[in-house]
Amino acid sequence: MKVRLRYSKLGKIRWTSHRDMARMWERAFRRTHLPLAYSHGFSPRPKVSFGLALPTGGESLGEYLDVEVAPEAAGDVDVAALPGRLSTALPVGVEVAAAAVIDDRTPSLQHEVTSCGWTVRVDGMAHEELRELASAAVSAPQLLLARERKGHTTTEDVRPGILSCTAEDEGTLQCELATQPRALRPSELLRALRPDLEAALVRRTHQWIERDGARVEPLALLLDAMGARHAHGRAS
Amino acid sequence: MTSLWPRIEPLLAKVQKPARYIGCEDGAQAPVHAPNKVAWLLAYPDAYEIGLPNQGLQILYEILNERPDTVAERTYAPWVDMEALMRERRVPLFSVDTHRAASDFDLLAFNLSAELVYTNLLNCVDLAGVPVRAEERGPEHLLVAAGGHCAFNPEPLADFVDLFVIGDGEEVVADITEVVGEWKASGRTAGSRERVLHGLAKVPGVYVPSMYDAIYDGDRLVAVTPRYPDVPERVEKRTISDLNEWPYPKNQLVPLTEVVHDRLNVEIFRGCTRGCRFCQAGMITRPVRERSSEQVRTMVSQGLERTGYDEVSLTSLSSADYSGIEDVVGGIVNDPMCQGSVGVSLPSLRVDAYTVGIASEIAKVRRTGLTFAPEGGTWRMRQVINKLIREEDLYGAAESAFSQGWQRMKLYFLVGLPTETDDDVLGIAELARKCVAIGRKHTNRVTISTSVGGFVPKPQTPFQWFGQDTSGELQRKVNLLRDAVRRDRGVALKWHDPRATMAEGIASRGDRRLGRVIEHVWRAGGTFQEWSEQFDVRLWEDAMAASGLSQEWYVHRHRDEDEVLPWDHVSAGLHKDFLWQDWQEALRAGAVEDCRWTPCYDCGACTGFGIEHVVAATTPPAGGSQGTGQDLGVGAFPGGSVPVQFVGSRA
Repeated sequence: MKVRLRYSKLGKIRWTSHRDMARMWERAFRRTHLPLAYSHGFSPRPKVSFGLALPTGGESLGEYLDVEVAPEAAGDVDVAALPGRLSTALPVGVEVAAAAVIDDRTPSLQHEVTSCGWTVRVDGMAHEELRELASAAVSAPQLLLARERKGHTTTEDVRPGILSCTAEDEGTLQCELATQPRALRPSELLRALRPDLEAALVRRTHQWIERDGARVEPLALLLDAMGARHAHGRAS
Repeated sequence: MTSLWPRIEPLLAKVQKPARYIGCEDGAQAPVHAPNKVAWLLAYPDAYEIGLPNQGLQILYEILNERPDTVAERTYAPWVDMEALMRERRVPLFSVDTHRAASDFDLLAFNLSAELVYTNLLNCVDLAGVPVRAEERGPEHLLVAAGGHCAFNPEPLADFVDLFVIGDGEEVVADITEVVGEWKASGRTAGSRERVLHGLAKVPGVYVPSMYDAIYDGDRLVAVTPRYPDVPERVEKRTISDLNEWPYPKNQLVPLTEVVHDRLNVEIFRGCTRGCRFCQAGMITRPVRERSSEQVRTMVSQGLERTGYDEVSLTSLSSADYSGIEDVVGGIVNDPMCQGSVGVSLPSLRVDAYTVGIASEIAKVRRTGLTFAPEGGTWRMRQVINKLIREEDLYGAAESAFSQGWQRMKLYFLVGLPTETDDDVLGIAELARKCVAIGRKHTNRVTISTSVGGFVPKPQTPFQWFGQDTSGELQRKVNLLRDAVRRDRGVALKWHDPRATMAEGIASRGDRRLGRVIEHVWRAGGTFQEWSEQFDVRLWEDAMAASGLSQEWYVHRHRDEDEVLPWDHVSAGLHKDFLWQDWQEALRAGAVEDCRWTPCYDCGACTGFGIEHVVAATTPPAGGSQGTGQDLGVGAFPGGSVPVQFVGSRA
């Protein structure tokens, strides 16, 4: 039985890395005695699949994680109670918002998610100026940016990766950035806007899966856990 | 008293590993400061990932936060990138718990486990906004304290540290708090600093360097004498007599980011009487005080339940020597609560097949590395250092390990030991080679990883009189070994930088004059000197030259019996004549047995303090004789001439 969890990461804990988060989750699963399925072999590890890495320093309202519960214990796990149980076993700042059983054949998050919504705060910049930079970027036919990949630098057009970008509140950008074929990072967006721009705070607000022209979240937030048992039945 | 977090957070995006600075660990306390509470800032003067697991610091952190009259927070040396930003933005040293400035505390207390961190101590004091030299501090400045193993020769840091704690810290922190609390309540008026230091100098186990004068005759130290009649001539270490009264840490910190020793740690005993002559830890922490097996079990099961760790380390100086180690290990491995998934690691394993037997019990759950430390390459050498491992013990361990499926073994050795010849050095290659041959009988993929460190003579040990090898000589010996194993596939040789060994030697047995050297290295930017990418031997050589001090005299010179040693006024309980006799015995390659199971040698560690060895079971550990041929079934205890007490018999 596969369970998908949705959680937030806010506050000081944002300075931990993706790998740090993986360790925190493993300890939380052990603390709550959640009967997970383990990989076989020399050093058995619980079968946990993390979604797209959040950059160190980034906050998030929409992180996801898939875990596989041991088949023999599947009936004993109260999925509705998981968010509360896990949140108490996780560090302050990490809060599990929802949990639901998903189809065993559901593709991985990394494979399925097509874009992410971000809030990016840029300090010390006039609102008007930020708005102009954003609209210039959106209306540009192409935006060439030097990006590093596996040790070497290539120049790529990142414009197709910017699905939307607007300056909303004072010094804050709202944007949606593609994750396929290669994820565009908020820091790269800022560099594309103007090379010296630095984010004061980056927060992932959503992850989106585009399916048949519509956007859906990997796990909608206000789902009733029981009713959501087969929330992804349609997708499979 | 406000949080510096809004000024710290903008720096974090610009540094490596920002999680070093956020705190938020599971087990972190929620300290509530108050005017009537003495505030301790506990510091580990190395990077967070090295300092966080330190058990000494964690024990005091809990004890101090449990007391109604104290509050304690933690800090670690900011890495060089963070330090540069802090200096640029004028952010002072801060606690990781509530991100308070160091100046909000009454004491900045360092744990010193290695000499090469001394320059980091100066750097932390400076970042705290406190003058690095103790004599320049006023009543507005906090008190700089230090404890840990290096405090057993406090003199190189005497210029910078206001007070040292000698020995176990659990009890003495209360006494220090009392004196500092009065100082705090009195409003730290002008001239009060001298008074509080005088008061602290009278606390047993506390050494206040400024209350003592070092007297020289030319180059020669004549004495370190108290400046007041009510200050003790000799500071005796503090020793807790029963570890069972101190089941700490109860809430071990679980870091959010990667650190060394990232697992549950439970201290199963303190002290060691194997009597290895190079080992400062074994000499200064006597006698043996074992924790009862019930308490070990409780600490393990509660600790695992609370932390979510799947590995526990049973820590001590020689864990296989714990009475009843098999039962404790078996209890954890087979505990149904652990679901058969908890790994156990035993640091500092004795070398024999029996020990491998315990390791294979553990390996049912998870196979961990096997590390042994024969230290010397030949039986003669090991008798000199009193590490009484016979070749057959090591080969027995290898046979047992490889036949049970291990493919690698780690061996630790020292070079530069007293009386060492090239044959002794080459003996290391021989041992490693034979272990590979034993392994080949069972598997084709054998690796014997062989680590070689340079020996640094330590204060309060029988080798404190020995002249350390020069880095050139150590390098020659390493090269000898490297050439010897060049064709041996299966032997992976690693060695420690001999130049760093030299620098450690400068600080290890230095006197007060070394303060100038440490300050010079620090001012030249020499922090994190135990990190190879930061270490620079030229800083140390330049500093010695600039201070007019001789490396030969401090590091490489043999000392005489009647020489006044810079740490003679600090006592680990060991009689100086016991150490000298043991040194002479070493030169004759004479071995002494573990005094837990024999009549007393009167080293002074028990008798001087009216305490005894405390053991958790009345059965000596199997295989415990370790090559001495000692019959552990005889001369049993409790009672008789053997000063051992069974923990179960204590009131």
